[in-house]
Amino acid sequence: MLDVKTWLDSWPVYRQLTGSDPMGRGKAARSKGTESTVSRTATADRVVKSVCPYCAVGCGQKVYVQDEKITQIEGDPDSPISRGRLCPKGSASKQLVTSPTRVTTVKYRRPYGTEWEDLDLDTAMEMIADRVLDARHKGWQETDGGKRVNRTMGIASLGGATLDNEENYLMKKLYSAMGAVQIENQARI
Amino acid sequence: MPGLGASFGRGGATNFLEDLANSDAIVIEGSNMAECHPVGFQWVGEAKARGAKIIHIDPRFTRTSAIADLHVPLRIGTDIAFLGGLINYVLSHDLYFKEYVVAYTNAAALVGEEYVDSEDLDGLFSGFDAENRHYDESSWQYEPDDSPHEGSDQPGEAAEQKRSDQHPDVKKADRAQAAGSGGPPIASKPKRDETLQHPRSVFQILKRHFARYTPEMVSEVCGVEPEVFEQVAKWVTENSNRDRTTAWVYSVGWTQHSVGAQYIRTCAILQTLLGNIGRPGGGIMALRGHASIQGSTDVPTLFNLLPGYLPMPHALQHSTLDEYVADAEGKAGFWGNKRAYMVSLLKAWWGENATAENDFCFDHLPKINGDHSSYRTIADMIQGKVKGYFLVGENPTVGHPNSRMNRFGLANLDWLVVRDLQMIESATFWKEGPEIETGEMSPETIGTEVFFMPAATHVEKEGTFTQTQRVLQWRHKAVEPPNDARSDLWFYFHLGRILRERLAGSTDPRDRPLLDLTWDYPVEGETADPSAQAVLREINGYGPDGLLSTYMDMKDDGSTTGGCWIYCGVYADGVNQADRRKPGKEQGPVASEWGWAWPLNRRMLYNRASADPDGKPWSERKKYVYWDEAAGEWTGLDVPDFEKKKRPDYVPPEGARAQDAIAGVDPFVMQGDGKAWLFAPAGVVDGPLPTHYEPAESVVENGLYKQQANPTLEMIEGPWNRANPARSEVYPFQVTTYRLTEHHTAGGMSRTLPYLAELQPEFFVEVSPELAQLRGLANGEYATLVSARTAVEAKVLVTERVRPIKLGDGTVVHQIGMPYHWAYSGISTGDSANDLLGIVMDPNTHIQESKVSSCDIVPGRRPRGPELLEFVEGFRRRAGVPSGKVGVNGRDPVEADAGEGATY
Repeated sequence: MLDVKTWLDSWPVYRQLTGSDPMGRGKAARSKGTESTVSRTATADRVVKSVCPYCAVGCGQKVYVQDEKITQIEGDPDSPISRGRLCPKGSASKQLVTSPTRVTTVKYRRPYGTEWEDLDLDTAMEMIADRVLDARHKGWQETDGGKRVNRTMGIASLGGATLDNEENYLMKKLYSAMGAVQIENQARI
Repeated sequence: MPGLGASFGRGGATNFLEDLANSDAIVIEGSNMAECHPVGFQWVGEAKARGAKIIHIDPRFTRTSAIADLHVPLRIGTDIAFLGGLINYVLSHDLYFKEYVVAYTNAAALVGEEYVDSEDLDGLFSGFDAENRHYDESSWQYEPDDSPHEGSDQPGEAAEQKRSDQHPDVKKADRAQAAGSGGPPIASKPKRDETLQHPRSVFQILKRHFARYTPEMVSEVCGVEPEVFEQVAKWVTENSNRDRTTAWVYSVGWTQHSVGAQYIRTCAILQTLLGNIGRPGGGIMALRGHASIQGSTDVPTLFNLLPGYLPMPHALQHSTLDEYVADAEGKAGFWGNKRAYMVSLLKAWWGENATAENDFCFDHLPKINGDHSSYRTIADMIQGKVKGYFLVGENPTVGHPNSRMNRFGLANLDWLVVRDLQMIESATFWKEGPEIETGEMSPETIGTEVFFMPAATHVEKEGTFTQTQRVLQWRHKAVEPPNDARSDLWFYFHLGRILRERLAGSTDPRDRPLLDLTWDYPVEGETADPSAQAVLREINGYGPDGLLSTYMDMKDDGSTTGGCWIYCGVYADGVNQADRRKPGKEQGPVASEWGWAWPLNRRMLYNRASADPDGKPWSERKKYVYWDEAAGEWTGLDVPDFEKKKRPDYVPPEGARAQDAIAGVDPFVMQGDGKAWLFAPAGVVDGPLPTHYEPAESVVENGLYKQQANPTLEMIEGPWNRANPARSEVYPFQVTTYRLTEHHTAGGMSRTLPYLAELQPEFFVEVSPELAQLRGLANGEYATLVSARTAVEAKVLVTERVRPIKLGDGTVVHQIGMPYHWAYSGISTGDSANDLLGIVMDPNTHIQESKVSSCDIVPGRRPRGPELLEFVEGFRRRAGVPSGKVGVNGRDPVEADAGEGATY
């Protein structure tokens, strides 16, 4: 048999009249279901410090991981720049990672093809390397207007400004070594 | 960043977001900060709560205006006139900060006798070459000091280089941007008149140049009432003195103009006259739009730059390392160490193979000799000159102006690699682009081979972003990327590895740069991901004793390395300084222990100017960095942006070089003369002073000069990039593009997210009730916007947030607001605003004028298929614009006919 005290306690009005929440807007109104809910931030395996990838304010993010999946991304109150806030884009950034429409395998469209085809990642890397060497050769200029330029005009590149500094650095280094000069970035825009 | 670079010596925001809280007035102009940088805007809110005046100068009323004490809706494209008006107000009312201006700026410098101002040439400066549409800058130089110091160890070479600086091919190569960290080299220190009275002093030239920018003229040109202008002038000048400071905030509302760099120059002049640079609550806050846009120019993937704003070698000027450094060798300022920075970079790239005997492999670098920027490259693609293209997190067929022209470019490649998270429009143009429906191209005509390579998100890789105030922040990896998704670091490392394996044993000299490259980064995990920490350490640089802590230790003898000299110190004391996360609450207001700012963790640039020439704070209220006589060093809240032990009374001895030639009173340490430049004798290709020009597609006549638009603006001509004539009755309305809080640029990272797509579900345009009535547009219904490029449809939002501007002669200028995030893919879809825009560019930066163009607007949806082409062609015909019809895949009709048989 249910004891009376437990039975009465399950009634919000009783809790409101007898407890510390006479307005019934807090503790008194909480159901058992709510009480037993645990936030996914509390059960995360780990929290990783990151930075929002959208605009350039550089808001701090706390990334919650459970079972090797991202379960939540929140603002980092430690950041002196953002003080824990995120805008709608930053707040939605978990969906950037977990989006069901995200494409995570290589897709290939052959010349004059009408559909995408699947391609193995290693094969794609080898094919791209073939094409880089070929385009580099076809567009090679030893001189231009009588002046030495030792470059290729066969390869161009355009990067977004969400590239890491380390990525930009390797790109510029590799492109320059292969002789490509038409290397550009969103930063121009 | 030539606007800031040429004025102060470095192309970066001079202050930091948190410091806005210390401002007594904040002017936000060319930016909708509340909606585009919402979290940064909290510091404006903080300032307002402390009593600061907030002014928003912008054609549209936005949430930024709603918070401001005053919104000034000026006509689109007239900011130079408005700011010029403020400069004139400051000078004619004697409201400039005298001690600051005399000591810290080039106001006292004398300009040579050959200089003729735009006031005397009706909108042109001396040295204009009408045929090549560029300036020879030699008549803008200072009058040299009595003891001319040529400064170069190779005077012959330096002189030769000065001559070739004015060659059109050198001009086109965008040398101005190389002033991003180090002011443009100047020939010699100028003669000075400390009384500022000499008629050829910069101060007097400035006074004459802006004398006609009166409140009445501002009212006429900008459509702003004189009382409103006076209110702005009053608040700004009342809050700029020893005790008070004003900050200016801008964003792409300034840069995306055909005179964009000069917008920023005008602000730089004003803020310098008011003594607001290098002081708390002052400065010019450049708000970048992307997580690492500052980083992408610091460590550039830009055609004209090497890391740290070192210029790419130019074929006409730099055949050897000696020639490359000749313009800086022995010069005053930190740029004087250019050889050490460059040799360290070459050593980082080519390691043991780079020796003094082989010029440190300088010849391994390819040379530029013209404009190789992205728009020029797109035009080359259409002509079949480019074989392969990499798009790495960029979606130009939506995010770049004239997206249609971009698609034609992609359709004429041999191959295209797209690295992204989602199947963006730049990867599917061959199948779903709008030109498929119009019949201008089809999968069967497009030979481009496309590789879609899935990318890793920001939480699936580690590395640094450099945010808007030059702070590098390290991100840790949270999870592994799924399936074939890989970081761009992985992609380029392994591509390089494969290329080097293929070429191993090659004896072809052109393969030496690849084979000699240092490319042995440690890899981690199952996917063999290269270590981003190792790359960052290489960027920082090493000396004989390990990681360097400052670029002051870089040597030109090959004993040090460093991939980007301005980032040297990010691994100071062997620690990843970008990963410092001491909570803000446990630090002072400058928060120097959160991340790391270039240069050398200095959060506010030029902060020596926060003290007077003697090194004492200008006031107790604005105390920041000052000279401690007892300790014999500079001290304060921030790391001094000055040599710590250099006394304020230090005078450079005869023959001093580099930093030793900078006096104790010179806060602008990257400039050759140590001063902020009110007048730019070098470094800005379209004039030493800013001048009001109308936008290329203005509907209004220039009220100040006969010269209508920037005489040096850049155009790309072709049937796919037709220009709307200025003041055309066929394209009678101005249109401006912008972002929304809920979307990000081309939409690949936002239209694909359910939350964001729901918040802003469709493409719309903002029109005033007056324009709606004029054209019969109804709120919530469709309208079609037409330019000489194409037509797009959008839902109409009738709102007083955009207002018509009534000019003195009774002309009414209607302005339309148009967000640019949409295209045909993703959850929320629509036409692309950028299809409507043409490409006209600022000659300094090659940045397009997407903030102002012209169009017509009519009710209803646009025609479909080939009828759309006829519809747009009809407008062109009426406007007297040449035909915009193209052949297969956008090629020239004749060329396409001839090429058809050969292609398939």
